[in-house]
Amino acid sequence: MLKKRLIPVLLLQNGLLVRSESFRIHQVIGNPIHEVKRFSEWTVDELVYLDITRDEKYDLRREDHKVRGLDDPLSILDEVSKTCFMPLSFGGRIRSFNDMRQRISRGADKVTINSAGVKTPDLVTQGAKVFGNQAIVASIDALRHPDGKHEVFIEGGRVATGMAPADWAREVERIGAGEILLQSIDRDGTGRGYDLDLIHDVASATNIPVIACSGVGRYEQYAEGIKAGASAVAAANIWHFKELSDRGGKRALAKAGVDVRQ
Amino acid sequence: MLAVIDYGMGNLRSVTNAFSGLGCDAFIARQPEELRRAEMIVLPGVGAFGDGMDNLNAAGWTNALEQEVRVVGKPFLGICLGMQLLATTGTEHGTHRGLNWIPGVSRRLNTDSDPALRLPHIGWNDVHFLKHDGLFDDTKEFDTFYFVHSYILVPEDTSVATSFSNHGEDFITTVESGNIFAAQFHPEKSHKAGLRLLGNFLKTAAKSACLRSA
Repeated sequence: MLKKRLIPVLLLQNGLLVRSESFRIHQVIGNPIHEVKRFSEWTVDELVYLDITRDEKYDLRREDHKVRGLDDPLSILDEVSKTCFMPLSFGGRIRSFNDMRQRISRGADKVTINSAGVKTPDLVTQGAKVFGNQAIVASIDALRHPDGKHEVFIEGGRVATGMAPADWAREVERIGAGEILLQSIDRDGTGRGYDLDLIHDVASATNIPVIACSGVGRYEQYAEGIKAGASAVAAANIWHFKELSDRGGKRALAKAGVDVRQ
Repeated sequence: MLAVIDYGMGNLRSVTNAFSGLGCDAFIARQPEELRRAEMIVLPGVGAFGDGMDNLNAAGWTNALEQEVRVVGKPFLGICLGMQLLATTGTEHGTHRGLNWIPGVSRRLNTDSDPALRLPHIGWNDVHFLKHDGLFDDTKEFDTFYFVHSYILVPEDTSVATSFSNHGEDFITTVESGNIFAAQFHPEKSHKAGLRLLGNFLKTAAKSACLRSA
């Protein structure tokens, strides 16, 4: 039987790994390659790598990180793929078909597309046709409004689209996405647990796998995401601030009766 | 030397990295002529069947592969799309002709039996081995491997099957026919279980190279 996946998300900003809160506050936490090596040694199920840089400055030449000459996301990907014997999704700042091709040819198994998919849905279709649906992950960032309704945002959570996440999810499946990475802007970095209503809405609107993300502060919260309908559960911060975060997460999932790869 | 074929279909880097990590001299072949100097050939690939075959045919890979794998008999490993392309026909986005090395069809997984199952079939699934030598030397009854696909190779002659898995239906995950091996899952993305399989391919290939030269 297909196992439920547990996935660390790494956020890259200007060439360094960061942690994120509410999509607005970003704090540098380390080197983009060492962390991947650690996850590979732990034999984690899969890795999602998102470049959330908003300008063109990549800085890996700081002496405290001891890696020189990696000044763009593609050379970072080159390095990452050398130590990564596990599935890798790479996303962020993908604007064109060529951006997708470059990332896939340099070691990414899948690309995640967010804003560009909303603005140019054809890009999703074109990517799916050439690389297969399974290589195209639609990343959806949703915000829960005070009235409880959810809305899709793009451009790193700064631009509202007026779309409901479930509607957009149905649409990305129709135009060719093979998977959905679902993030909650208001849960990001809070540790309050997943937005379960959001996961349930999106997972029941589609037939493709949904990766739940945003909000995990305790391992026990992973199983809630699976029960709400996710095929995989992802998190970012908890992987950096707890020891043995893969074992701990897997153990909590298994204890809750979820079939995971041990 | 092991050639990994670059026919514009997906992630070659991780396959090459995995073989290099095992101490094998692996290179990315960009021209069909380069297959001549290879002792082993790997056809990786993700993507659609039709595009895959178009790219193989347009660049002259098909003839070179026929010569080196089928005539000369060099050990061959197809991965994911590289397994599906071995079929006679593929039914992804229309009907397309495949390499026809393993007579059969590549078709979509049938998950009708359970509405809760999703496609693509993405993630780690148990693979049950039907043999414990060759690619599966030193294995237990089953192990978990990483899959990313919606289509499967269904051979006419099921005796080529060496392992199977289940997602809505039982399906064949690896085949073996003479010097031709193929896996639907991604050994290069399956941590230790996958690296063991790739290492076994190298061992099997080395043995057959001795037999060929003898």
